[in-house]
Amino acid sequence: MANKKPKVAVFKFASCDGCQLSLLDAEDELLAVADAVDIAYFPEASRKMLKGPYDIGVVEGSITTPHDVGLIREIRRMSRTLIIIGACATAGGIQALRNWKDIKEFTNIVYATPEYISTLDRSMPIASFVHVDFELRGCPINKYQLLEVINAFLNQRKPNISAYSVCVECKLKGNICIAVANGIPCLGPVTHAGCGAICPSYKRGCYGCFGPMESPNTSALSKHLFEMGQTGYDIMLAFRSFNAYALEFRKESDAYEK
Amino acid sequence: MNNSLKLESHHLNTLFNSLKRDNYTLIAPIISNGSIIYEQVNSAEELPRGWTDEQEAATYRLKKQNDNAYFSYNVSPYSWKKFLFPPHIRLFTVESKGKSFKINSSDAPIPAYAFIGVRPCELNAIKIQDKVFNNGQYTDTVYKTRREKVFIVAVNCTQAGGTCFCVSMNTGPKAKGGFDIALTEVINEDGHFFIADPGSEKGTKLMEDIPCSTARQSEIETAERLVQTTAQNMGRSLDTNDIKKLLFASLDSPYWNDVASRCLTCANCTLVCPTCFCSTVEDITDISGEHAERWRRWDSCFTMDFARVFGGNFRPSSKGRYRQWLTHKLASWIDQFGTSGCVGCGRCITWCPVGIDITEEVKRLKNEY
Ligand code: SF4
Ligand code: SF4
Ligand code: SF4
Repeated sequence: MANKKPKVAVFKFASCDGCQLSLLDAEDELLAVADAVDIAYFPEASRKMLKGPYDIGVVEGSITTPHDVGLIREIRRMSRTLIIIGACATAGGIQALRNWKDIKEFTNIVYATPEYISTLDRSMPIASFVHVDFELRGCPINKYQLLEVINAFLNQRKPNISAYSVCVECKLKGNICIAVANGIPCLGPVTHAGCGAICPSYKRGCYGCFGPMESPNTSALSKHLFEMGQTGYDIMLAFRSFNAYALEFRKESDAYEK
Repeated sequence: MNNSLKLESHHLNTLFNSLKRDNYTLIAPIISNGSIIYEQVNSAEELPRGWTDEQEAATYRLKKQNDNAYFSYNVSPYSWKKFLFPPHIRLFTVESKGKSFKINSSDAPIPAYAFIGVRPCELNAIKIQDKVFNNGQYTDTVYKTRREKVFIVAVNCTQAGGTCFCVSMNTGPKAKGGFDIALTEVINEDGHFFIADPGSEKGTKLMEDIPCSTARQSEIETAERLVQTTAQNMGRSLDTNDIKKLLFASLDSPYWNDVASRCLTCANCTLVCPTCFCSTVEDITDISGEHAERWRRWDSCFTMDFARVFGGNFRPSSKGRYRQWLTHKLASWIDQFGTSGCVGCGRCITWCPVGIDITEEVKRLKNEY
């Protein structure tokens, strides 16, 4: 490993903090990580605020204001490798539900002096503005996957992060498919792996927290869900959640919005 | 010459006990999470007595039956493959030693499994995986070390599942070799018993310790008739005439676009298939980089990484991936291993979340031909 510890900075945009906190939640491995890297900027965890450039910039959250746009460009310039984490950063997050509505109407209702509000009309993923080196999916991300990405970076190897369906995780675990055995609607076949098939393991259909998988055939799944008795409205809602603005989910929910 | 024995149902557990005495780890069907799966058991009483399964495209349901049968159901979602070719297994670990390193291969003890309740199609699937993993030329030690210890108690099918088509694939419903003991369960006015046919020296020897009698001709015929009725009641059928020619001539068939519009590329079909054998390896390290491990896990031709090579992916479309699966399974497999890659177990039909049915797909392809 390199002699000089890589400098890591963690930044946040519009988000709930859950993803970056999963790093602090990695109790067993946290010390090893802290040992291997120099945490130069991580306001949630440390008062230390070292200036860039950084070896790794980790970004959580979506871009929602003109100020954010300038800042993410600055962060990109300062970060040799840019890793973005969580559904907000990769797809615009749950707050992207506003992308279907009129933002002026919202600001007029919510704020006494809406003129002071400077906001974009949509909540956008980071990659809409800057080049991203690695996207880690999830709402929230899986802390073991974040450790794997950092670990792989430190050891200069490819991270073992798969983009296939949640179904593969079900099958590797030995789950019984709840869609087939219980008739429960499940987004697993079109959803990116990473959570370890948590919901199907507890007899809940997959909610699609990790966004579209590598080759999602959302329309074929919707058609089947419809035949199984789901309404068009149910299907629209199923695709319009944490990853609503991810391209394939967005198209699918739009198709069922009637 | 008739070697068939008659084993009264209340003595079934002595078979389990004898296998346990011989230090086998018993694996048999049990009910878990709303389905019948193959797991470790201690006694015959753990079998799903009086239960059956109803299988159709994209549906599986358990149902209580009013018989006390031990084996009145068909195949489970996971085949015996998960024991011989584990889904996820560590191959070796590496420790850094200054400027060099040391490789430690796994020395975890390998259990001797007794598989109880192996269906004829599944026996054939094991035979196919033997050809893939243990063919003398290329040996997979993970498979071989597990496989060579296995004791197989096959169970002939006395009912056909909704998605079964072993008759078309010539793999059932009666086991023809490859087992240590084969059982056929009979429940009629004369009682509840098994016709037990030893299929190996190990099997013959084990049966010597078990209270049973020589089966009468009429009892053998009763069992035989049950299996024949099963053969006449297959849930599905697949026309294998000229199947290789059909697949090889259909490379550019418009049919593939049709199936690609329906297939989710979720990979369930390959993971439940008892003959699919693909895997990939992943290397992991600890943060310090002092310790590394190589793991092997199931892979599928439906994933993108499967065909990713330097410079790109040679099978990026769903159409290409489904075509690869069907063509390999039903056609190029024959050139490669001298047998079809499909044994007609119906798992890919039952467990496909959108019910894509290999037997229907072949019909559709034929219509375009
Ligand atoms: S439960 Fe859902 S994620 Fe799991 S195999 Fe079934 S469809 Fe796929
Ligand atoms: S292709 Fe389908 S029916 Fe044939 S052996 Fe595999 S899972 Fe069974
Ligand atoms: S055939 Fe069915 S199980 Fe197989 S990849 Fe396509 S949708 Fe999934």
